[in-house]
Amino acid sequence: MENFRFLFTAWMAVWAVFFVYEFSIARRMSRLKSEMAELKQRLHEPRTDR
Amino acid sequence: MKWRIACTMIAAALMFSAGYAALFVAPDEATMHAVMRIFYMHLPSWIAMFLALSLVFVANVAYLVTRKVKWDCLGVAGAEVGVACCTIGLITGPLWAKPVWGIWWTWDARLTSTFVLWLMYIAYLLLRGLVEEPGRKAVISAVFGIFAFLDVPLVYLSNRLWRTQHPQPVILGGPGSGLDPVMGKVLLLCVVAICWVMAMALVDRYRLELLRHEADGLRVEADSLQSEATNFNGIAASKEL
Repeated sequence: MENFRFLFTAWMAVWAVFFVYEFSIARRMSRLKSEMAELKQRLHEPRTDR
Repeated sequence: MKWRIACTMIAAALMFSAGYAALFVAPDEATMHAVMRIFYMHLPSWIAMFLALSLVFVANVAYLVTRKVKWDCLGVAGAEVGVACCTIGLITGPLWAKPVWGIWWTWDARLTSTFVLWLMYIAYLLLRGLVEEPGRKAVISAVFGIFAFLDVPLVYLSNRLWRTQHPQPVILGGPGSGLDPVMGKVLLLCVVAICWVMAMALVDRYRLELLRHEADGLRVEADSLQSEATNFNGIAASKEL
């Protein structure tokens, strides 16, 4: 098990890439959803003004 | 939402069993010992990358033929997942190389062509941020994606065509190649686990891109309404004067 640190680092890196990527998708998704809600509200507002 | 929870549970079970099998079930390799177990994440990440980039190629060609937005979205999703898989391969490779070859990296045909592939798909993703008009952005990135795909077969064949520091293929590598049956089964489990997780990421990314297109449409609509309202107010003010 002399090279265990290389094995450990590699496995941790794999998990880190998975989690960081999934987290980034989830964050972008929630940001986009809130932006869309804001846009829909903006689109709704002028119509009620007329 | 139920299917999503089920898929996540399957992904967790697959990743746990793949990890357990790779660390405790697969037999020890005679010369490399423990560090060889990096192989069970290294090779599956390349397989997932080849699948993702092949999907990008299909999506890019389909977009140029049909001009349907869904193909553009699939292309971006595949490219991002491909880059993620390539990143895993480029991290695990040197971590395996250092204790076995004594060096982290060498500019042989396999490693260089892979690094170029990684750079090209990063460029593909960056390029999309540089073009504003959606139709033009999709066409340019589809053409660039098809061009970038030319490196994929080169990466696959590089250690067959040239002498490389990277070892010759252990699977489908001709006479003398092959894996121990238990190692083969563990590898298959790891391939399924990584491909499953990456397929889930691809679906999520595809949904995100579709939503982004929808948001772009809303943004254009909101901007035109706002400018319409500004013009209307301007005309009303000039009439009052």
